[in-house]
Amino acid sequence: MSDETTQRVRATLKKRYLKEKLFRGFGITAIAASLGFLVILLGSIIYKGMPAFQATYLKVDITLNEDTLGVGGTVSDAEMQGANFSGAIKSAMRDRFPDVKKRKAKKNLYALVSSGAEYALAEYMINNREQFGQTVSLWLLADDEADALIKRNKDLSKPIRRGEFKNDSSALVTRLNKDQLGWLQSFKDAGDTDVRISSTFFTNGNSREPEQAGIRAALVGSAYTLLITFALSFPIAVAAAIYLEEFAPQNRWTDLVEVNINNLAAVPSIVFGLLGLAVFINYLQLPRSAPVVGGVVLSLMTLPTIIISSRAALKAVPPSIREAARGLGASPVQVVTHHVLPLAMPGILTGTIIGLAQALGETAPLLMIGMVAFIVDIPGSVTDPSTVLPVQVFLWADAPERAFTERTSAAIMVLLAFLIVMNLAAVLLRKKFERRW
Amino acid sequence: MSDAAKEAFDALTETVGRVTVDDPKMQAENVDVFYAEKQAIYDVTLDVAKNEVVAMIGPSGCGKSTFLRCLNRMNDTIPSCKVSGNITLEGESLYSSAMDPVMLRARVGMVFQKPNPFAKSIYDNVAYGPKIHGLANNRAELDDIVESSLHRAGLFDEVKDRLNAPGTSLSGGQQQRLCIARTIAVSPEVILMDEPCSALDPIATARIEELIDELRENYAIAIVTHSMQQAARVSQRTAYFHLGKLVEVGETKTIFTNPSHELTENYITGRFG
Ligand SMILES: Nc1ncnc2c1ncn2[C@@H]1O[C@H](COP(=O)(O)OP(=O)(O)O)[C@@H](O)[C@H]1O
Ligand SMILES: [Mg+2]
Repeated sequence: MSDETTQRVRATLKKRYLKEKLFRGFGITAIAASLGFLVILLGSIIYKGMPAFQATYLKVDITLNEDTLGVGGTVSDAEMQGANFSGAIKSAMRDRFPDVKKRKAKKNLYALVSSGAEYALAEYMINNREQFGQTVSLWLLADDEADALIKRNKDLSKPIRRGEFKNDSSALVTRLNKDQLGWLQSFKDAGDTDVRISSTFFTNGNSREPEQAGIRAALVGSAYTLLITFALSFPIAVAAAIYLEEFAPQNRWTDLVEVNINNLAAVPSIVFGLLGLAVFINYLQLPRSAPVVGGVVLSLMTLPTIIISSRAALKAVPPSIREAARGLGASPVQVVTHHVLPLAMPGILTGTIIGLAQALGETAPLLMIGMVAFIVDIPGSVTDPSTVLPVQVFLWADAPERAFTERTSAAIMVLLAFLIVMNLAAVLLRKKFERRW
Repeated sequence: MSDAAKEAFDALTETVGRVTVDDPKMQAENVDVFYAEKQAIYDVTLDVAKNEVVAMIGPSGCGKSTFLRCLNRMNDTIPSCKVSGNITLEGESLYSSAMDPVMLRARVGMVFQKPNPFAKSIYDNVAYGPKIHGLANNRAELDDIVESSLHRAGLFDEVKDRLNAPGTSLSGGQQQRLCIARTIAVSPEVILMDEPCSALDPIATARIEELIDELRENYAIAIVTHSMQQAARVSQRTAYFHLGKLVEVGETKTIFTNPSHELTENYITGRFG
């Protein structure tokens, strides 16, 4: 290079490097910002959701005899189940606070214990028959308002944020009244409160009582729905993609099909819900709120996604492989099943998982077909009424009780964990298929 | 095309030299090939003899590959491609309804320009053809076929310790020999090769050329090549194509030392191509 050109090149170099630096700066800022938002989002969800995995218990001395339960100690399990355990708990609470006389005050006192405690007590009695006639110290599940205060270790002597204390930021936000706080304090002073890790959230269905509400029914519902979605959409979509990519003639009809598949991928999901309502529920009379209908509706939504990504994966297989197989005398189907499909599998699986992840997070179409129901019982089959995780989140997010807020966050955590597991499965499957070069 | 060239092209009506042989394996008669409206092959007649290597040379785009791919109906998969004329293998017509294209490709194997081993192990690459055609009754027979095919392709000693390694892990020249082994594993009668050495270095090329010479003992071979030296080294007869027409056919020696047609001479002497 002559001196002059070197000079010129040098003059531009500085500018070029500056541009590169700027560009890199932008990139790093963008990544940092998105990571920051992600951390904030996850952090707040985890912070809000963690208390849902704990529950407060109150220790109460309960007398279990014919007087309190209304049945003898030797009755059948079924009869024992129907005994008056709620009465026994109430009398135990009255015994603990003998000064409480008024009807209304008594009612407030009973409200400190969860209404689910009696079922736990019944189970305890059936499993420990020898304790009939005795007075035993038992830990009973606390009501959600009491639970919230104890779990967060609040100072129960603070005023309640109502009326004159409305603007006092240190005042307690609770629906309990002064008396109830006093009783709770006396439990606390006696060391009769205990915060334990609780699996209730994972073992129960939904409930009106937030301390007993759990994610199990929605989780099982989601699993059934996804299973149906996968079982329908994967084989149909892969078969469609193979036909379109490997066998279909190139003409106006296939062009039309292709355009429509692309359009379907862009149809708002609620439209599929309306279709499902009209066709599957009203016309075909399939059960309302059932995972089988939800799964079919979501497959309609997932199909185009899987077809498009499968076609891309098939297209990416080098034509030389097809030629090689054909040149050896492989039939068209053998070319596809022996060579093209295995090579395209990782891509197809990725598309499938993306489609299923979309389906897992979908709410709108499921609302249309009634999967928004209040589900207490864990669904036992794909035709039982059920709901799914995102709908459960939607339902709980709407509830006023604070305990439901923490359950909302906890349910989101479960949903995210579900997604992570699915993605992991996708990665593992890809690895497995890719190892076959 | 200039007017003069167009006239010269239109003047090409008859192939110079003897297009038939006494002992043909395959015969192509008056073959025309169209890609949609565009004609790629004009009225080509050419025989492939047993135990002979016939080389097809010519400037690129003159239709060598197109003609070669007619010989095992690989063009079937191109929807716009229409073939007319008569092509026979041992007297059986290729394009008659009695001829199954899958069966045909087992009898007329093909080696491609770019080595294209399957995404499978070396063993499975060679075993694939015999497996789908049911040529082996058991694993031992299959092992024998694989071993002897690799031997004949001159690859066995290099890969005998790693038959389970992926075929794609081999070098380019080894991959091409693997593709040849894969082709001969189904015991074809004819082998078609489309510029099999164009992606290889000179040493790998020499190795393949030797191999082609050895294979001639058992197979009829038609090879397309853009290298005149290669045609001169491996073939017994040479066919020169020009813009879709077969200009001249003859003994390789004669074509390269004493071509009859002006176009052939121009090409041989490097005036174009
Ligand atoms: N699939 C195809 N579709 C349309 N035209 C083609 C196709 N393949 C080849 N051709 C045309 O046919 C002519 C011959 O091509 P080809 O046989 O590949 O030539 P060569 O192998 O001698 O270089 C060229 O003009 C090429 O453009
Ligand atoms: Mg070619």
